[in-house]
Amino acid sequence: MIIDLPSTTTSQVNSKLVHLREQGGATTLGRVLTLVIVTDDGAKTEDAIDAANDASREHPCRVIVVARGARKAAARLDAQIRVGGDAGASEVLVLRLYGALADAGASCVIPLLLPDAPVVAWWPFEAPARPADDPIGRLAQRRITDSAAERNPIKALEVRQKHYAEGDTDLAWTRLTLWRAVLAASLDLPPYEKVTDATVTGEADSPSTDLLAGWLAARLNVPVRRVKAANGQGIVSVALQRKSGPVELLRPDGKVGTLTQPGQPARRVALQRREVRDCLSEELRRLDPDEPYEETLKGLAKVVRGRTPVKTPTKAPPVADDAPVVTAADAQATLSAKESSSAGSKNGDGKPSAAKKPRAAGSTRTPARAGKGKS
Amino acid sequence: MTRAWVNPLRDERDKRLPRIAGPCGLVIFGVTGDLSRKKLMPAIYDLANRGLLPPGFSLVGFARREWEDQDFGQVVYEAVKQHARTPFREQVWDRLAEGFRFVQGTFDDDAAFDKLAETVAELDELRGTSGNHAFYLSIPPGAFPVVTQQLARSGLAKPQRADQWRRVVIEKPFGHDLASARQLNKIVNDVFPEDSVFRIDHYLGKETVQNLLALRFANQLFEPIWNANYVDHVQITMAEDIGLGGRAGYYDGIGAARDVIQNHLLQLLALTAMEEPVSFRPKALRTEKSKVLEATKAVGPFGETTARGQYLGGWQGGQKVPGLLEEEGFDKNSTTETYAAITLEVNTRRWAGVPFYLRTGKRLGRRVTEIAVVFKRAPHLPFDDTATEELGQNALVVRVQPDEGVTMRFGSKVPGNAMEVRDVSMDFSYGHSFTESSPEAYERLLLDVLLGEPSLFPVNQEVELSWEILEPVLKYWKTTGKPEGYPSGTWGPESADKMLSRTGRHWRRP
Repeated sequence: MIIDLPSTTTSQVNSKLVHLREQGGATTLGRVLTLVIVTDDGAKTEDAIDAANDASREHPCRVIVVARGARKAAARLDAQIRVGGDAGASEVLVLRLYGALADAGASCVIPLLLPDAPVVAWWPFEAPARPADDPIGRLAQRRITDSAAERNPIKALEVRQKHYAEGDTDLAWTRLTLWRAVLAASLDLPPYEKVTDATVTGEADSPSTDLLAGWLAARLNVPVRRVKAANGQGIVSVALQRKSGPVELLRPDGKVGTLTQPGQPARRVALQRREVRDCLSEELRRLDPDEPYEETLKGLAKVVRGRTPVKTPTKAPPVADDAPVVTAADAQATLSAKESSSAGSKNGDGKPSAAKKPRAAGSTRTPARAGKGKS
Repeated sequence: MTRAWVNPLRDERDKRLPRIAGPCGLVIFGVTGDLSRKKLMPAIYDLANRGLLPPGFSLVGFARREWEDQDFGQVVYEAVKQHARTPFREQVWDRLAEGFRFVQGTFDDDAAFDKLAETVAELDELRGTSGNHAFYLSIPPGAFPVVTQQLARSGLAKPQRADQWRRVVIEKPFGHDLASARQLNKIVNDVFPEDSVFRIDHYLGKETVQNLLALRFANQLFEPIWNANYVDHVQITMAEDIGLGGRAGYYDGIGAARDVIQNHLLQLLALTAMEEPVSFRPKALRTEKSKVLEATKAVGPFGETTARGQYLGGWQGGQKVPGLLEEEGFDKNSTTETYAAITLEVNTRRWAGVPFYLRTGKRLGRRVTEIAVVFKRAPHLPFDDTATEELGQNALVVRVQPDEGVTMRFGSKVPGNAMEVRDVSMDFSYGHSFTESSPEAYERLLLDVLLGEPSLFPVNQEVELSWEILEPVLKYWKTTGKPEGYPSGTWGPESADKMLSRTGRHWRRP
């Protein structure tokens, strides 16, 4: 349900909310936080709201969108309330501010904050230089920015580093979690050797690559080089040098990573780029200051920057056991074939079904597997 | 991990970093079964999708079917498509599917187990599972001895190096009485040491059950009244609306008490009644659970404090359903109970004099599992009698499933001129918005197995203690002949209501 309240005041919005609750039952109870999205009024605003709605399924919240409209117009507040199917598990209040009001968004947000519940501010695109000093940022325990979505990502990251305050966080940092998890897990296992130096390669304007280098520099206390990649998207590769050889995580295509370690077979790992909604869900899970992020920002200063772009092989190193047993495409084809003609492709009798991809390498791979069909 | 090694990339303040299981593989016996397709396979995919499985993770299926690796992959694919909680991602699937293997054979077939050992060794080499493997026995307990012996014979049960592990996962029933439970434990422990045995009680993997610990021990609000001074009695209910059609082979002769009370309900009782553990380390938690189970005893005379029933045919939920005795496969004279209710006491200072009522049944009003802590009435009511006529006892209800959450019931003034107090409910609901993302119980439990994190798995001792509690009641029931009939779709036999009304109490309608 979408209710428009043109040219209104926040007390009218509040009383409409109470009215809605009385009519529709407990739709607005049980919220754990208020998420304030600050953006300029425009086409991209809806994308941010969609991401927030998805995140609200894990963290039921009230979403307040502060959309700043034309400064030249007469001062006016247009509000829109969305509940039910149009708002995921949240309730969304879109406040469009015009004229002088556009720069006084906090005054409209304060009356609409949930009692007691924490407040999170999110700038999905351009963010103020000092989020913690921003009038809306000051209301929030947690301030989320997104360097990668700004006009100049690297510059934005530098500003974050300079003005960090407890409670700040950046989605470029959140996007790293999978990479960091795989790297940390690879050092959980023997051989327990010290890392002597590290190299991180990625797109020139990828703040996540910088942060990954910063994190390694902060944690490992060894020289870390940040190299520009001539090809690939986002982060392309990480190499941790150890006495026995390097631990390498390579993602040339932006989707699948390959982890290689000396003495162990190469292993593939799904490392797709994370969507904003996933990152936002992760951000909302914790509301206390993120110390590792702070240290990572400090670590940025220690990173050595390579000048010349380096070309990385677009082909991942070979993995011993190559083709998947059943790729998703194969499986779907078989499933569809099964559904369309219930007879013919029945499994369980040991005969390969009609729609199955022939496995070219299947019989020659290893002796153990060659004899398989006959058993 | 050696003590000297501290991973420089780990930081305990870094709460974003998930614990990914180290390199490992999972072997499922009975992979063609319902549990495997509906719960295990989807759970594995969901874990992979959340990035919690190690790169190179491998899944080996073992069953009698004449399948190839591809057929097995296809079956997993269909199971995942149908039952997985998280959205399907092709990249995740393709990485996971690389690690699928299938070994065909029966449990007494030496060659098949040699082949399994070969497959596992090959996975170590090709995919880097590093000799770490868990064996999930999704098979009838009758097959345990032969499978564990086969695992021992083929050298699969023992890790080859000190830094490797082998674990075994088993499902209920853990025996059908104390003696058989001991025997089963012995069979398993002969091959796998107790610290590598993981007994799955999927109730313990549910968010709400873990939330019970948070509710009790993270808050100041509840613990002060969590004792005999304020609590009148506790009701733990697990009701199902389905019947037993098609499950005769498993259920006939077992009955509701053995199937549900011995494991799920007594575990819920232990978590509700235990003292605060000194920490949340597995050992501390188990110590407290064992302590409270040791102090728990069935209250007699059993003729008055227990009830057992068998569902009769009738109308339920708009459908005509048969009674137990008409269900296919059941003996026409079966004395197996489908409803069981017992009274327990916990002999500690905290709980002295507080009865714990446990009940479970099939074909009851609706499917629900909950723990209700019912409080005593206020010692003095400064109102007219008429004002509080409609006031019941305060209650705190932990709803385990469905619609997970917590309800509190207390009296509130009815709006109007007169002073009138009536019961109202205050609700906290996970189901309202959290369920979509709260992991399935099996996801949590499988990951814990791979991580070697045993807190949520009952140990040997707990299983045996639970049987000790239940055994006197089972013995008594053996002498009473046929259980009392109750119409399908109701809340159990009359004797169950009498059992509570004798002390002026009544069952909550969940």
